[in-house]
Amino acid sequence: MATVSMSFTDRESGVTRRAFLTVSAAAGGGMLLALSLPEQADATVASKGPNELHPNETAINAYVTISPDNHITIMSKVPEIGQGIKTSLPMVVAEELDADWNLVHIEQAPLDPKAYGAQFAGGSFSTPMNWETLRRAGAAARAMLITAAALKWRVPESDISTSQGKVIAKDGRSLTYGQLASEAARVVPPDIKNLPLKIPTNYSIVGKSIGGIDSPKVVTGQPLFGIDVSVPGMRYAVFQKCPVFGGKVVSANVDEIKARPGILNVFIIQPEGPTGLPDGMATGLQSGVAIVAGSWWQANKALESLKVVWDEGPVAAQSSAGFAAKAKELSTQTPHRVIHSDGDAKTALAGAAKTFEAAYSYPFVYHCNMEPQNSTAAFKDGKLEIWSPTQNPGAGKTLIAKTLGIPEDAVTVHITRAGGGFGRRLGSDFMVEAAMIAKMHGEPVKLLWNRTQDMQHEFYRPGGFHYLKAGVDANNQLIAFTDHYIGYENNGKASNSADMSAAEFPAKYVKNLEYSTSTMQLGVPTGPMRAPGSNAHAFVFQSFIDEIAHATGKDPLQNLIDLYAEERAAPPPPHPAGKGPPGRGGGGPGFPMGPPFSGKRAQGVLEMVRDKSGWGKRQLPKGTGMGVAFYYSHLGYFAEVVQASVLPSDGTVKVEKVWVVGDVGSTIINPSGARNQVEGAALDGISQALAQRISIDRGRIAESFPDYQMMRMYQAPQVEVEFKITPFSPTGLGEPALPPVIPALCNALFAATGKRIRDLPIDPKLLKT
Amino acid sequence: MSYTINVNGTPHAVDVDGDTPLLWVLRDSLDLKGSKFGCGMGLCGACTVHINGVATRSCITPVSAVHDLNITTIEGIAASETGRRVQDAWLKVDVVQCGYCQAGQIMSATALLTHNSKPTDKDIDDAMSGNLCRCATYVRIRTAIKQAAGLPTTDTREI
Repeated sequence: MATVSMSFTDRESGVTRRAFLTVSAAAGGGMLLALSLPEQADATVASKGPNELHPNETAINAYVTISPDNHITIMSKVPEIGQGIKTSLPMVVAEELDADWNLVHIEQAPLDPKAYGAQFAGGSFSTPMNWETLRRAGAAARAMLITAAALKWRVPESDISTSQGKVIAKDGRSLTYGQLASEAARVVPPDIKNLPLKIPTNYSIVGKSIGGIDSPKVVTGQPLFGIDVSVPGMRYAVFQKCPVFGGKVVSANVDEIKARPGILNVFIIQPEGPTGLPDGMATGLQSGVAIVAGSWWQANKALESLKVVWDEGPVAAQSSAGFAAKAKELSTQTPHRVIHSDGDAKTALAGAAKTFEAAYSYPFVYHCNMEPQNSTAAFKDGKLEIWSPTQNPGAGKTLIAKTLGIPEDAVTVHITRAGGGFGRRLGSDFMVEAAMIAKMHGEPVKLLWNRTQDMQHEFYRPGGFHYLKAGVDANNQLIAFTDHYIGYENNGKASNSADMSAAEFPAKYVKNLEYSTSTMQLGVPTGPMRAPGSNAHAFVFQSFIDEIAHATGKDPLQNLIDLYAEERAAPPPPHPAGKGPPGRGGGGPGFPMGPPFSGKRAQGVLEMVRDKSGWGKRQLPKGTGMGVAFYYSHLGYFAEVVQASVLPSDGTVKVEKVWVVGDVGSTIINPSGARNQVEGAALDGISQALAQRISIDRGRIAESFPDYQMMRMYQAPQVEVEFKITPFSPTGLGEPALPPVIPALCNALFAATGKRIRDLPIDPKLLKT
Repeated sequence: MSYTINVNGTPHAVDVDGDTPLLWVLRDSLDLKGSKFGCGMGLCGACTVHINGVATRSCITPVSAVHDLNITTIEGIAASETGRRVQDAWLKVDVVQCGYCQAGQIMSATALLTHNSKPTDKDIDDAMSGNLCRCATYVRIRTAIKQAAGLPTTDTREI
């Protein structure tokens, strides 16, 4: 084994890193390569933010194994939740390795932060966090294969090239990587800093559309997901918690349930200490009743006979109607805090030629993973082994160890494919429940939530209320802008994913601007949902800006281009370094910040979507309109145009077409997968806007699954996706295409009907004519 | 109670309560994990199988009602020429995101094409709107169905 350390600078981010490359012989011969990059400690960060996902001090970002029979195994470190990362990141390694893709085998890496560093799927971070590292991992392996060949053939390395998994000498001799692997494992690893990386025009894997690596298993129904896991001696469990958040079991008819057919065990779990944390990502074990049976159906059916006396606790006093009334009251009072202030917004508003005022709101929203929460756990000899469809395996491991009172190294987490993530599985509540039930019951159990439980014990996208004002001068220039955002808090801190960035656009683009917030104590768990924060604020701000454009006789698209005309000296990052959640394109320690926000990139996608959609050039029938919005989140720039029509008789909305232009930098690693993410994100946003709402009634949710309308085939519009290529390091695509589609749709409805949607979900009654 | 059910051409004896939904018999008694549990209410379509060729929600179909019928699941759909073409189109179009609903989508799409070899966009809407895709891969599902049918893959719906 050889280890070298060196430092290099990530050209795009300017981050200097020390790197360690470790090479060892793989079992059965061959070569195993590990590249370690300790992530940069951010000295400006005093403490961890509330929404920080998974800090790690060291990271080994890739494993490449080459076997003597010429098979290359690339480990995929990040959980696959439908974002396609298990295909795209290994493509990056394979590209620089110059591998024959047909001989590449991809495996889900085990949870091993010492070996792999941060292993979570969130914040659209997987691409920007790994792009540089994985290219260097692939290039390092390639360089060592070349060195091994040079030594073997006694020719200079400069006379050796590689192609499709082969090392080729100038004189025509060639060897496969497999034939050289054992020797390559013994050479001194190269200086990572000076490794030549391919120029993009020479890419043969990156930039090619490659189908999802597990899709052949998906279409033939092979077991892949958490719910498909079977372990020997496994039993099935359900766990019933109080429908009111934070409620506790007082008593239950345990003996009666035990007597039912197939029931093996029934017990109450009463965790010590406070439960019902309103921060979904921190939600631990809750009070409830566990039922273990020989089949899941029997366990679930027993719930019909389960009678529990609950202590519902203080959250039972909360309701959506109460929060709405309170928000209205707060809107007339002095805000709790001012989060951003430029110039003198009040004076500017008073002196404006024209002023505008609007109140916007949006509801709580449910993630609705198609695969309900589940985990399979086995506890034996003080050790816990768990198979889980998690986005955040490290956090789950820590929570399990803490709750079960065992050391972290006594917990083994197996990451399975997840049937949707969308942020929900960054929480670990379903993992810790399975672990505790397995421990208390004594046999391995598969815990599966039924749909009602999945919906009731969510952490929701938090709702919110915005009270906006703006003023223009005599030339219709925006000179004043204020927002009073009324959201939720958990004992003085913004509820998870309910905060607002001080840099929210148009901050820094309007001379006199003030953002203030007030908060209401919430007992309902909230947390990140695909483009957290942005998925709500984009609707509010991009709709209000559209209102102003129309009211001042401006073309809404040109208005956005004009607003971004000037590059700001103090660019508005989505969050100041280290202070915000990493969910919005920057923030937590160890997470990439990317280059500063660029107004030019915003303009670039706006201009391109204008041209692609035929903006302003097409004659539309009466009752049909086009709307536009732009939003920057998760380091991605997205401009979207929606065409929608409204049925005059009842206001039914038909979304006809969406044009999306995104700028995520220089390289689209897997174009088919990338477009798939964007198409899905656009439709996901439309689905949210059309019908999704969770209401709180007496501390529990009012809706049942049949009430919760998700988009279906007949509602899905056409989607056209284009990427604008710019010379910046590539960034992620799980999230940034979602936020702008919601205001683009609402703006289209205004263009179609002259009626402004200021509350989500869209109420067709308001659009009737 | 013991039931004999015919799944993918093979009879299986299972000992379960008569009200057990077919889905759980498939998944947990026969270890056929391809059919998925999504809602248990017949609303999402993740559990779709064919019963005598008809797309059916197995999560609300009791085992007692199917013992003399022919059940086809995603694991057996490749036995039909149409099923194979649909699976193939799903891969060519790269439909899958998380993939959890796709077995059900493929079962519904195969049932559609078996009975209607050249569906219109409206036919696709009608046949597929019982299957939720939370990742919203609808654009590609539509394309894949048309590709499997040998139709032009352009979206012909009026806009």
